[in-house]
Amino acid sequence: MRPFAYTKAETPDAAVKAAVYALDGETHAPPGAPVQFIAGGTTMLDLMKLDVMHPRTLIDISGISGGIEIGEGGLRLGALVRMGEAADHPTIRRDYPVIAQSLVLAASQQLRNMASLGGNVLQRTRCAYFRDVSYAQCNKRRPGSGCAALQGVNRQHAVLGTSEACIATYPGDFAQALIALDAEVEILGPRGMRRLAFAELHRAPVERPDVETALAADELIAAFTVPAGPWTRRSLYLKVRDRQSYAFALASAAVALEIAGDGDGGAVREARIGLGGVATVPWRAREAEAALRGKVLDEDSARAAAEAAFAGARGLEHNAFKIELGKRTLVRALLEAARMEVPA
Amino acid sequence: MSLPPSENASQTDQPLGRHPPDLRAPVPVRLRVNGVEHKLELDIRTTLLDALREHIGLTGSKKGCDQGQCGACTVLLDGRRVLGCLTLAVMAQGFSITTIEGLAGADGALHPMQQAFIDHDVFQCGYCTPGQILSAVACVAEGHAKTDADIREYMSGNLCRCAAYPNILAAVKQARTLMEGA
Repeated sequence: MRPFAYTKAETPDAAVKAAVYALDGETHAPPGAPVQFIAGGTTMLDLMKLDVMHPRTLIDISGISGGIEIGEGGLRLGALVRMGEAADHPTIRRDYPVIAQSLVLAASQQLRNMASLGGNVLQRTRCAYFRDVSYAQCNKRRPGSGCAALQGVNRQHAVLGTSEACIATYPGDFAQALIALDAEVEILGPRGMRRLAFAELHRAPVERPDVETALAADELIAAFTVPAGPWTRRSLYLKVRDRQSYAFALASAAVALEIAGDGDGGAVREARIGLGGVATVPWRAREAEAALRGKVLDEDSARAAAEAAFAGARGLEHNAFKIELGKRTLVRALLEAARMEVPA
Repeated sequence: MSLPPSENASQTDQPLGRHPPDLRAPVPVRLRVNGVEHKLELDIRTTLLDALREHIGLTGSKKGCDQGQCGACTVLLDGRRVLGCLTLAVMAQGFSITTIEGLAGADGALHPMQQAFIDHDVFQCGYCTPGQILSAVACVAEGHAKTDADIREYMSGNLCRCAAYPNILAAVKQARTLMEGA
């Protein structure tokens, strides 16, 4: 690991001020910026040890408190809330099960106790060619160098949202729940607070895979807001992986349903679907949602929705299995959500 | 330009400069481990795991993968289990840190989890054991050890390459009964 300057910020405003000061007018896309915020450190220190990231300044925001607020209008999750705290929150488990499940099915309890929600959504890809600096080609690590995964071992890689520049999978789970539920992000920067649809936070790797989000290097995620809706209680997160626990998704689905007559075999009023493990960014499957609206949810309609979700998928040498796996994962998630016993 | 207010005071007690004079110079770090305060001078890059093992001399916490994947370095910060290898020592200041060396009573009486690991012959090579035991203590305290399925899920961050998993499960269940009765 390379040496760095370290400072601790006690408030979000102080953290942003410290970032502005340390950046000294330089502008960078945050993942490669020389000034980084650190909270849990579970991604940052890992990537610093691997020399994938080498900030000259770390601003410690781990002492800033986060909070969970629940009201009629929805949920507000402070960015410094730890994953484990949100996963165990009884109201989130009851009213937003897809959020609680996406968190508890990620990582291990040790990591969930450390990792902040804000840091979690910014978690970087597990692409082996990105993580191993001995590979010369990686457009995320060395812009313009090419993509070793295209012709390499690409079993873990994405089938949706890829480009000739990058096929690295977005690794997180919580983000699929946020994108499915139309969450927004509160972002604090030198010019104050701004709000952004969560769906606009991450950038697909078209020309600049190294630019992963819409954040500037001196901006800090302050909170996520999730609007209430009649679909949040009938929601779940299904994650399929190589081992039963403590692994990244091969395919996952975050689904939330509103069903006429509330589950009594009625038609789908509203479906919200996020897909993980298969895409380069948190993925909203709007085509699948549209295919389900007004339909009774059964094996056939679920399958038709899954076909719509993966219509644009592109498989490579080792990862083409994810297309069928992703479809089956979504079908199972939809059918299980339709059968859920939802508390009144 | 001078540094913004003192709330930004760095651990080095120096202003955060854009080009600090020597990033390799040791910084003072105070760690409270098993009830004992340690004043150290550490390279800022030092992880909590390395501070415990190399600077304080508590080698019970093990370095397996050193990248947050095996759980052998699990320690407790204010009772919460975390990974020592992905925690900077400087960021562990102010917490009460518990390692395997601090689990037994002052009279040497083993913690119920330690005794359960002996009773169920959970040791094979033993390398993952300190992390397993601390993780298991926290697992019970969190209320995540109510069912076999829960124990398996919530202990999944501690790998055992000897695959003593069935015995780990049995040990956690035995200790759970004693800990909850305590």
